[in-house]
Amino acid sequence: MEFKRLAAAFAAAALFAPAAQAQTEIQWWHSMGGALGEELNKLASKFNDSQKEYKVVTTFKGSYPESMTAAIAAFRAGNAPHLLQVFEVGTATMMAARGAIVPVAKVMSDAKEPFDPKAYLPTVTGYYSDLKGNMLSFPFNSSTVMFYVNKDAFKKAGLDPEKAPKTWKEVLADAEKLKASGQQCVYTTSWPSWMHIENFSAWHNVPIGTKQNGMGGLDTQFTINSPLHVRHITLLSDMAKKGLFTYAGRTNQGDAKFSSGECAMFSGSAGAQAGIKKAAKFDWSINFIPYYDDVKGAPQNSIIGGASLWVMGGKKPAEYKGVAKFLAFLSKPDIQMEWHTVTGYVPITKASYELTRKSGYYDKNPGADMPVKELTLHNPTANSKGLRFGNFVQGRTVIEEELEAAFAGKKEPKVALDDAVKRGNEILRQFEAANK
Amino acid sequence: MEKRVVFRSAWLPYLLVAPQIAITIVFFFWPAAQAVWYSFQLQDAFGLRSQFVGLQNFEQLFRDGNYLASFQVTAVFSVLVAFFGIAISLLLAAMADRVIRGALAYKTLLIWPYAVAPAVAGVLWAFLFAPSIGLITYVLRGLGVDWNWIINDNQAVALVVIAAVWKQISYNFLFFLAGLQSIPRSLIEAAAIDGASPTRRFWTIVFPLLSPTTFFLLVVNCVYAFFDTFGVIDATTQGGPAQATQILVYKVYHDGVKAADLGGSSAQSVILMFIVIVLTAVQFRFIERKVQY
Repeated sequence: MEFKRLAAAFAAAALFAPAAQAQTEIQWWHSMGGALGEELNKLASKFNDSQKEYKVVTTFKGSYPESMTAAIAAFRAGNAPHLLQVFEVGTATMMAARGAIVPVAKVMSDAKEPFDPKAYLPTVTGYYSDLKGNMLSFPFNSSTVMFYVNKDAFKKAGLDPEKAPKTWKEVLADAEKLKASGQQCVYTTSWPSWMHIENFSAWHNVPIGTKQNGMGGLDTQFTINSPLHVRHITLLSDMAKKGLFTYAGRTNQGDAKFSSGECAMFSGSAGAQAGIKKAAKFDWSINFIPYYDDVKGAPQNSIIGGASLWVMGGKKPAEYKGVAKFLAFLSKPDIQMEWHTVTGYVPITKASYELTRKSGYYDKNPGADMPVKELTLHNPTANSKGLRFGNFVQGRTVIEEELEAAFAGKKEPKVALDDAVKRGNEILRQFEAANK
Repeated sequence: MEKRVVFRSAWLPYLLVAPQIAITIVFFFWPAAQAVWYSFQLQDAFGLRSQFVGLQNFEQLFRDGNYLASFQVTAVFSVLVAFFGIAISLLLAAMADRVIRGALAYKTLLIWPYAVAPAVAGVLWAFLFAPSIGLITYVLRGLGVDWNWIINDNQAVALVVIAAVWKQISYNFLFFLAGLQSIPRSLIEAAAIDGASPTRRFWTIVFPLLSPTTFFLLVVNCVYAFFDTFGVIDATTQGGPAQATQILVYKVYHDGVKAADLGGSSAQSVILMFIVIVLTAVQFRFIERKVQY
């Protein structure tokens, strides 16, 4: 009796096994926690329901650096995932790892899936392509840095709430009035290096590094100690001294300081909107980041942040076919629009931007299209296409450490930026030597 | 009093210690040897290309003024953690030793923090002291203290020391309590009859008799401060502001795990290993002489 039941079970298993095996699994490691992760899973199951051949399996691997570390370890052990979400600062490291990755353009053309890099916003394509214009990774979640204003605080200070400061001169003037009205924290920022060095440079059309911000070769050097950079960090340090600028930390700690109403002005990711919408008990607006109006060519365009999907090497051709199918699915305008409107990340194809606009979403949510407008304000130049520095995880830490020294008044801004360049260049040389 | 066990067989003692030795080789000697090997190499993140570069990783470290500054941070941090960790737990143990009613409850509560993971401890303290929402920050603001360890380096050091000490107090407390309970009552009673005050009894009788425990804890706490505190730092300051809380082991973790620079990180861990070996040897050579067993 017992044996018979067992035999029946085996027979049943044998019957169903081929059906289960015919589905090719695509492993996708990502770093989208919370609501973002739920939305990502929705995309994957939508794809899985749309066809029978492939199954995308998503795995949350912790923060961006954590999932990258996990994938590197997995690659060394020979079981990397097919798709890996990597944040923008890891781009150069991934790109240099020839053999560990397969360029997205190649994956698509091998699988004969339609793929047109020109369909994407130029600032997005530029960030993830080589100099010949081949897209190396698939842009997934992109944002940019925006300037937020607490309109209620402006009103209280006797300022026009509809007139957010456009230049840094206006920021300073408004900050003094806000302070005088009793505002505890006047201005704060998230992601200090991304905002005040990387985007600041692109926005003013000045280089972050030589060789087209590192895109032209590994022998690049940082140029972030230019007079304009020193001028800006000096302004911020002075504001910090006068209590007009409150430093919040290296990541997104500034977001909560703004959405809680503690700080009246704030620069942070476009992705911060969702959280502000939920938490803020005041009227606010989203604006372009400020600039210096005496700098020629400013404002230019801002650059992206966020992450892209890299296809890892050493997999079977059938699996790559599935990866290509999935990436084509993700590029569809309606899928893009869903991701954009739910998460607040920018729509990265022109078609999805148009679709969202036609749907009337921007009329209902004023300001939601500001990030795209800021990213595409002008055609990107060599200085505003993006950046590509090896080991930029370390490089950014160095910049942030030096900025902190300047903001705390421990170092003169000029000295801090000189040190950032010196220490940053050491890291670049090390990376160059390791990736010859 | 010493009880000697004599093994008749020649191989049995080796067999008995073999599992321990195997574990030590697999989990200590092998990784340590690998760290030494990697420290002479320059590798890309994925290990696709690696080249032998001799001492170049070490040269680079010692040319870097910030790396040298991190030695100083580590020294200050370790002294503070070891001192406060030992002093506070000795005080608590001396108090708990005298409690008669509800002693078990006190002891349990004091031992509790040891079960908390370092990262959790870090997050806990980071929340309490968070610059905008922290409970303790709120109280400090009321007292007129401008509390923002995100940019104030002394406050940042204070925060990580508090978190690291809090985590270690339970461990120290356990050992001190055991040490106190093994001190013969007759000695203390005799001194009391002779009219010695509680303070005097403590410093002339109890403290010297506790010295083996204190010495052991000094070594353990130094090793703890050097190696086990990166979880606390990663969850709170991440080495900042600037590099105020960048202790050596945190830099090893940051460069190796987060930034995927295996060569540089291995070189740092080799240096760290060397420092701890020297430090432990020094402690045994010089401080142990003052210990009365």
